[in-house]
Amino acid sequence: MTGTEDMAGTARDRPEDFLTVRDLRVHFPTDDGLVRAVDGVSFRLQRGRTLGIVGESGSGKSVASLAVMGLHSGGPARISGEIWLDGEELVGASAERVRRLRGAKMAMIFQDPLSAMHPFYTVGAQIIEAYRIHNDVRRSVARAHAIDLLARVGIPEPASRVDDYPHQFSGGMRQRAMIAMALSCDPELLIADEPTTALDVTVQAQILDLIRELQAEFHSAVIIITHDLGVVAELADDVLVMYAGKPVEYGSATDLFDLPQHPYTWGLLGSMPRLDRDRSERLLPIPGTPPSLITVPPGCAFHPRCGHTDAVGTACREKVPELTEVAPEHRIACHLGAAQRERIWRTEIAPKL
Amino acid sequence: MIVFIIRRLVGAVLLLFVVSAVTFSIFFVVPRLAGATAEDLASRYVGKTADEQQVRQMADKLGFHDPLVVQYGRFAKGIVAGADYDYGPAAEHCPAPCFGYSFLTQAPVWPDLLDRLPVTASLAAGASAIWLLAGVATGVISALRRGSIFDRAAMGVALAGVSLPIFFTGLLALGIFSYTLGVTAPGSSYTALAEDPAQWAYDLILPWITIAFLYAAGYARLTSSGMLETMSEDFIRTARAKGLPERTVVLKHGLRATLTPIVTIFGLDVGLLLGGAILTESTFSLNGIGRYAILAIGANDLPKVMGVTMVAAFFIVLANLVVDILYAVVDPRVRLT
Repeated sequence: MTGTEDMAGTARDRPEDFLTVRDLRVHFPTDDGLVRAVDGVSFRLQRGRTLGIVGESGSGKSVASLAVMGLHSGGPARISGEIWLDGEELVGASAERVRRLRGAKMAMIFQDPLSAMHPFYTVGAQIIEAYRIHNDVRRSVARAHAIDLLARVGIPEPASRVDDYPHQFSGGMRQRAMIAMALSCDPELLIADEPTTALDVTVQAQILDLIRELQAEFHSAVIIITHDLGVVAELADDVLVMYAGKPVEYGSATDLFDLPQHPYTWGLLGSMPRLDRDRSERLLPIPGTPPSLITVPPGCAFHPRCGHTDAVGTACREKVPELTEVAPEHRIACHLGAAQRERIWRTEIAPKL
Repeated sequence: MIVFIIRRLVGAVLLLFVVSAVTFSIFFVVPRLAGATAEDLASRYVGKTADEQQVRQMADKLGFHDPLVVQYGRFAKGIVAGADYDYGPAAEHCPAPCFGYSFLTQAPVWPDLLDRLPVTASLAAGASAIWLLAGVATGVISALRRGSIFDRAAMGVALAGVSLPIFFTGLLALGIFSYTLGVTAPGSSYTALAEDPAQWAYDLILPWITIAFLYAAGYARLTSSGMLETMSEDFIRTARAKGLPERTVVLKHGLRATLTPIVTIFGLDVGLLLGGAILTESTFSLNGIGRYAILAIGANDLPKVMGVTMVAAFFIVLANLVVDILYAVVDPRVRLT
């Protein structure tokens, strides 16, 4: 049994899963070759839970979330696999059907709220628009709803700020307004794509708090996409670590932080600065750069940057590791044996983190 | 906003003064610098048979012996307040804005210009409406169907449009549609809009399309490249993420952002065209400002040329002002200060 089948099951088998993604592949044919932006990703998510998808730039995390939203349609992307949202399959569904779900049942918050909002329309007009696509209400009703939402996401004097343009808001306020827009139709799935990356550190914590509060209030399923493990630790129940379009580690946040099993996850953990360490050990970057998605290294895509291939031998370079369960609800894709991983983690990695 | 408009209006008036000074210099100062005497200038204003005595008297009367500043003052005063000309038998009052009298017909220039302005304005209004609609629509479709047959054909036609001169496309259009097929007016006819709107449009449709063909090409290319850029913006992805139908995404979100630079260029193009479409008016024998100018230049009729220059300058300055104000309306991020 492969890890993919095991972890996703079928939608009928797991009625409690609100979102099930199984073996999702998003490929882009280009002049230089086929870009495998997402190559076999599976996960599942229940209402009220938060999944963190973590990886470096170009690991495919944003592409995967855009695929869930159906935002690749009309483009060159080739999508395969299955996406089940509340019992409805989306990959094979018509673009029109997915459009009707978009914004209503599933909504998205983007990274840079300044460029993600239309500069020529007021914040209120943009929220009203989002609400009225899916709700047949009068403009005045939608406007009252927009003011209500702005108040709920913590914007002072919402009744007057509703008529301001995005450039008249501060960065944090804009992201709050963006969240208000995403929440306008009470979505049951909220995808936040690097929601705090473009913000000041002080504002980041406020936005994360806001997302957590609203999730509790709306009881929605949340996917948070980030390269920042701090954000994941703050919000996520489960974590999916991606590398070069493939999942490399998938488990609960507790397991992942207490006993990470994949060398890439170790690298990500080492990349978080620790001010309480000696200067030379504060930051342990992963050597090298993420691979091109056209010429992904053979075998394990991470092997050129991995410091532990010697312990395995040639398998790292020749065989793609499968995502397998190494502990209950904890899966990794690595050729290292359980004993080796345990030893390396205990003797080499953990002491430095 | 009000302060901005007042300030820009004052600026526009000042600019027109500079233009008038330059115009004055070209016609009255430069010839003197090149060696012409006051009498040489005055000889234009008297009959061909006049003797030296008459010419000198005329030069005195027109004040060509006065200092240049005084002469310019008189010229500017004529435009602003009108002037009195004393042509021997009886003094004649030339009401403001006075650009003087034609050398050839002795008719005042300003009423002539007023007569021709509706022709040029009609030409500009119709043509600009056509090229704006056609150009922007073509550009949008080209951008959305990038690489399609429509896109390639449209951009090919656009290239032809920008490259072919009006006197070629105009004559070709006249030859085909007016003389061979007989479906359009054969040129040299103009009916006032108030008189008979259908006839007005019928007379002007061919010149409109000819001008629009030239301009629409540029607008199509501008719109197409603008749309391509806009449609890859983050806020377009947001619009799609809201679940908006693609049509709304393109027209309300995409086109709205693309139109800003087009408004600017459109305003300036219309302003320029109001100063006279010389080639089109000549090709179709329409008695507009442009044809008036070219005939005046051919006949060395200085007052007319000055009049056209000032009117054209006025429209360009006005268009600039309107564009600046419109910009703030179109793009809320622009602060008018």
